[in-house]
Amino acid sequence: MKEKVVIVENLSFSYGKNKVLDDINLYIEEGDFVGIIGPNGSAKSTLIRLILGLLKPDRGTIKLFNRPIDEFKDFHKIGYIPQYARDFNPMFPATVEEVIGANIQSMKKSFKRMGKEEKDKIDQVLKIVEIEDLKKQKIGNLSGGQKQRVFIARALVNNPRILFMDEPLVGVDLESQNRFYKLMDRLNKEHNITLVMISHDIGVIYDKVNRIICMSKGKAYGHDLNKCQPIDIVREIYGENMNLLFHDH
Amino acid sequence: MLYYEFMQRSLIMGIMIGLIAPTIGYFLVLRRQAVIGDTLSHVALSGAAFGMLTNIYPVYTGIIFSIIAALGIEGLRKKYENYAELSLAIILSTGVGLASILISLGNTQGVLSYLFGSLALISNQDLILVIGIGIIIFTTIILFYRDLFYITFDEEGAHLAGISSKFLNHYFSILVALTVAISMRIVGVLLISSLMVLPVATSLLIANSFKSGLIYSNSFGIISVILGLILSFYFDLAPGGTIVLTALAILLLVIITGSIKNKIQKAN
Repeated sequence: MKEKVVIVENLSFSYGKNKVLDDINLYIEEGDFVGIIGPNGSAKSTLIRLILGLLKPDRGTIKLFNRPIDEFKDFHKIGYIPQYARDFNPMFPATVEEVIGANIQSMKKSFKRMGKEEKDKIDQVLKIVEIEDLKKQKIGNLSGGQKQRVFIARALVNNPRILFMDEPLVGVDLESQNRFYKLMDRLNKEHNITLVMISHDIGVIYDKVNRIICMSKGKAYGHDLNKCQPIDIVREIYGENMNLLFHDH
Repeated sequence: MLYYEFMQRSLIMGIMIGLIAPTIGYFLVLRRQAVIGDTLSHVALSGAAFGMLTNIYPVYTGIIFSIIAALGIEGLRKKYENYAELSLAIILSTGVGLASILISLGNTQGVLSYLFGSLALISNQDLILVIGIGIIIFTTIILFYRDLFYITFDEEGAHLAGISSKFLNHYFSILVALTVAISMRIVGVLLISSLMVLPVATSLLIANSFKSGLIYSNSFGIISVILGLILSFYFDLAPGGTIVLTALAILLLVIITGSIKNKIQKAN
């Protein structure tokens, strides 16, 4: 039986008086590629931020690798690619190497200059995300897609076991989307990294992931894709009158 | 110029401040908190006035007042999460209000020297304090360089990397307060934040990495202080003004050189 890497039980969360998550229960297993979908304002990002401990729940428990999030210390096991990765401050004077290097070094307690081992590690992750030639570039000079790859490389440098991505494909053209999914496929299958990704595009994500979590009106519903059809999911989130329009690009 | 003992003290103190202020300013500017220096300097002025009134060494009271204010800003920032600059406005108003009342209470004739800086009044006590605090600030920056970089680049990411952003933010606020308070003797409270910001603004135009930006900021800071002190001595001008205008001149020079370089590149 696969290990449950994320367990959420009876989770509720409100912004002021507005309850956005109401008694949520879900789990994510090791090796899963999970898509979180739902309309705007359905608290998809809030759910991820709660799982990561960036927000405190009103009620309920969250466990990462079987540890309550309050006691979780193995931060190197998780990677997070935020929404702001694509439009990161263009004036910020840091190179790709510095950004990735900070993540390796922050795992060490004492002051130490970056050695050969760390530099090799950076080269290795840059190769995985296919931006080896950008190592010395300032992050502000890169395109949105390249910046996103830098953030993915920054997460990969610690050999994470789970990667959370908040709408990584907003405003990304079709070719870059295909490259992104190929990378995700390699990370999931070759590197055995559990992936959790927020997306709006159910038509595309349905083919790529093995589980979908649908969020609507404060509730979350998990689906194993071997056992359900995309139209059921769409109707669950957007209502019974909705239909899927199949088309080619 | 170096024949005079007070100028020797000024130069040593100036070089220390020229290193410390842009270093702290570099992190502040990149975290979009450049105005903190201005806010704390107004509070430091009220601290200095309080010291004069109570016959306590004004730099000490300036340090205490600005540390309390810096921690107050951190606390208020959480109350006004989406309007973080409000916390600065509240503390700045408090500082100015308090300073004007304390100054009007009398026995504060020396306050002008804290407003614009003064070379002649720098004592050995000032010098020892600046060197001591300077060492603390630099040791901290070296020890926490990676964590400070991470928090400056991406505070949320730093938190997920296991860095205690709460501790570091509070500690860094204290360093900012110390920098402001010890700088007011030479640069003056009205111009401290300029020395924290102008060398950094110049460095951002030419830096090609985080480290190089920090080195450029320090270099421009030191050059501004040394040239500013020389101008202040020979033309009998307030050192704060000459230092800051030198920093501004360097910024303009870099902007103009950059534009000329761009035009030449486009022409080719």
